Amino acid sequence: MTHHNKTVLGAWVTAIVAIAAFLAAAYAFTGGPAKPVPSPLTGVFLGKGKKCVAPVAIMRRYHMQFLLHQRDLTVHEGIRTQRFLLTNCVDCHADPKTNSVLGKHGFCASCHAYAAVQIDCFSCHSPHPQREQETATSAIALAPQHSRIAEMVSKTMVTELQSEPVDGPK
Amino acid sequence: MSLDRRQFLAVGGAVLASAALAPGMRLVELAEARSPDQAVTNAQRWGILVDTTRCAEGCSACVSACNKENGLQQNVRLDIRPQWIRTVTLQDEQTGYVQTLPMMCQHCEEPPCADVCPTGASFRRADGIVLVDRHICIGCRYCMMACPYKARSFVHENLTGQRADVPRGKGTVEGCNMCVHRVDEGRIPACVEACNYDGGKALTFGDMRDPASEIAKRLATQQSEEIRPNLNLDTGVRYQGL
Amino acid sequence: MKFTDFREIEGRSLGYWGLLGFLGILIVAGLAAAYYMESNGHHVTGMNNQIVWGIPHVFAVFMIVSASGVLNVASIASVFGRAMYKPLARLSGLLAITLLIGGLTVLVLDLGKPDRLIVAMTTYNFKSIFAWNIFLYTGFMVIVAVYLWMMMERRMNVFTKHAGMVAFLWRLTLTTGTGSIFGFLIAREAYDSALLAPMFIIMSFSFGLAIFILYTMAAYNLTGRPLGDAILHRLKNLLGVFVAAVLYFALVYHLTNLYMTAHHAFEKFILLDGGVYTALFWIGQVLIGGVLPLLILFNGQLGRSRPMIALAAALVLVGAFCQVYVIIVGGQAFPLIIFPGKIVSSSFFDGAIGQYRPSLPEVMLGIGGVSLAMAMTTFAIKVLPFLPLSLADEDVDPHHAAAAKGTEAAHA
Repeated sequence: MTHHNKTVLGAWVTAIVAIAAFLAAAYAFTGGPAKPVPSPLTGVFLGKGKKCVAPVAIMRRYHMQFLLHQRDLTVHEGIRTQRFLLTNCVDCHADPKTNSVLGKHGFCASCHAYAAVQIDCFSCHSPHPQREQETATSAIALAPQHSRIAEMVSKTMVTELQSEPVDGPK
Repeated sequence: MSLDRRQFLAVGGAVLASAALAPGMRLVELAEARSPDQAVTNAQRWGILVDTTRCAEGCSACVSACNKENGLQQNVRLDIRPQWIRTVTLQDEQTGYVQTLPMMCQHCEEPPCADVCPTGASFRRADGIVLVDRHICIGCRYCMMACPYKARSFVHENLTGQRADVPRGKGTVEGCNMCVHRVDEGRIPACVEACNYDGGKALTFGDMRDPASEIAKRLATQQSEEIRPNLNLDTGVRYQGL
Repeated sequence: MKFTDFREIEGRSLGYWGLLGFLGILIVAGLAAAYYMESNGHHVTGMNNQIVWGIPHVFAVFMIVSASGVLNVASIASVFGRAMYKPLARLSGLLAITLLIGGLTVLVLDLGKPDRLIVAMTTYNFKSIFAWNIFLYTGFMVIVAVYLWMMMERRMNVFTKHAGMVAFLWRLTLTTGTGSIFGFLIAREAYDSALLAPMFIIMSFSFGLAIFILYTMAAYNLTGRPLGDAILHRLKNLLGVFVAAVLYFALVYHLTNLYMTAHHAFEKFILLDGGVYTALFWIGQVLIGGVLPLLILFNGQLGRSRPMIALAAALVLVGAFCQVYVIIVGGQAFPLIIFPGKIVSSSFFDGAIGQYRPSLPEVMLGIGGVSLAMAMTTFAIKVLPFLPLSLADEDVDPHHAAAAKGTEAAHA
């Protein structure tokens, strides 16, 4: 074996040992794969209404697209349908105890902290509900909505619902 | 189908108004309310007519109403305090004649702020309201350089306690938006309401393109003018008695 | 024509690393200042609702204008075929890129929402001069980089002239765009003039050349490479012409305004009773940045002294900074004339002179930008061959070499 080959072998051994050590450490740190991943929704107030404006699985994955789409329609075209209006989300999802969607157990903040996604909505938008409680119900799911939003939502839901089962809030 | 109360009032009111009243005689505000799912169009052009002769010195009803409606913070240094509407006192250099009038975004048909905005955050909505889309405003302040009416302010600090209908925050430019959230509900801007309630009834709001509206009738029959008319910006805010 | 030997500088001395380290500290300080301004909001700066653009914009415009102007040296060689400037062309292109990056960094870090730079890069309003400038600036960097490649890769040398022509035309467009940021503003008395675009171009000639002279003198001095009088005297004479041209444009600009009664109030403000702006105009822009450098550069004795040439170039830059300050900040300090013929007052400073006091973070951000440009240049000349080994007279000027040989022969 040449000197060069020895060096290569040494590098391989070092790399394998390092990877193994890292995996072991990771296993020890997380307590192994058997332990369930903690839910981000523990202790979080979910909403005043009985039902969200779209199935939960859809909302979890696509709420940002809905909000973005509605945002542009509202700001530029004055379309203020209730279904995906941010103020409406806040009215329903704000925790009555803290009066906010932010904070440790806030509906928006807790999940985004868990997912390590920074949201910039509330540096401008109010995280506190504004309207009376009774208007913030699931009824708005059926309120009039702009045809372009409706089209986008139904398209998303059709493709999504075919591919995976819908689960509600636990 | 169920509506929330406000929507019910707006839509229902419009239906009632057009059904119950004789043709040509309409309750202007209600009849013009759009349904929330309709986009604004250029069939309307919102405007404000200011009768400066009714604007009393020392009255600040419009300013207080604006600050309250839009949640504009007042506990900051004067040179960075937001002022979407302000009262300006003019004294004629030759004659000494003094008058007071409100100044705000003039809602130009050809707004220089929208021309210079690199991202298109400053824009003119189809119904004539000039707005800042804060989602795409990068805070370059070029619009503030370009505005001939000094109508804009920059948010210089972190904000809390914003009104739910009026999102606003640090690092973006803002100005009078003609209370767009109220107009979209079929209501009139806060300053106009306050002026008619507490002030000298100097402000009139309405659709300049609707010949039946009070503002269009008065513009058609009485003298009025724009500020800095030489710039030819076709403003949505017009003045009488300048 | 003699072959020019370009070589990387050695860059291993304590002084070299010390310089880079010093610049690095200033850059970090600038970044820290930007972070401070960004997280607290602009209330920690001197800028307000009256003076919306302050010191960061003065630094940025100063550097961006200089960036386009510094490329002139290369253009003189490639476009106008002056062989003597050819050895200087690479450094000229390099400084053009680094100064532009420095200026843009300051501009971007002063935005209210610097984190939304991606929005500025993806959402455009093509009626905005700012939007054009985004393309002009990025395009400039790409074009100059290609131009440098044509110059530095021998197989590509044949294309140098073409690349140089494109770069020259682009830089004229770029400076027109920068001038038009102000020139197209109808709202304010100080701007709203097509004259600003050509004035910015001539300003760029002068500022850019002054920076080029200073950087070259410093680099050759510190590395101990020979720098001859032939090239230096040409550059300084050219600088003199540009400085005079800048003064001429300032004169025309103010004469035009003085002729129009409507603009008298503004002229009175800048020229007579504008306080700091009047002082910066007369003492900074005219005296320090114009008259004194001209006296030095065209004086038979002083104009030959190297320290005096360096001093003149430095004075030009001081004057340049004052000039940009008067244009940007002074132009905003003068109130908008919304109601002609009326004395106006309000709680929003209508009719009042805008008050502005630059704050430390703003200044640090600006200095950080300059340091970034200087550090990038100083590092680049170590890793790539930008500087000729010698700019001695006999190496740059064939006629001079021949003449020198003749003299030597006569003496022998």
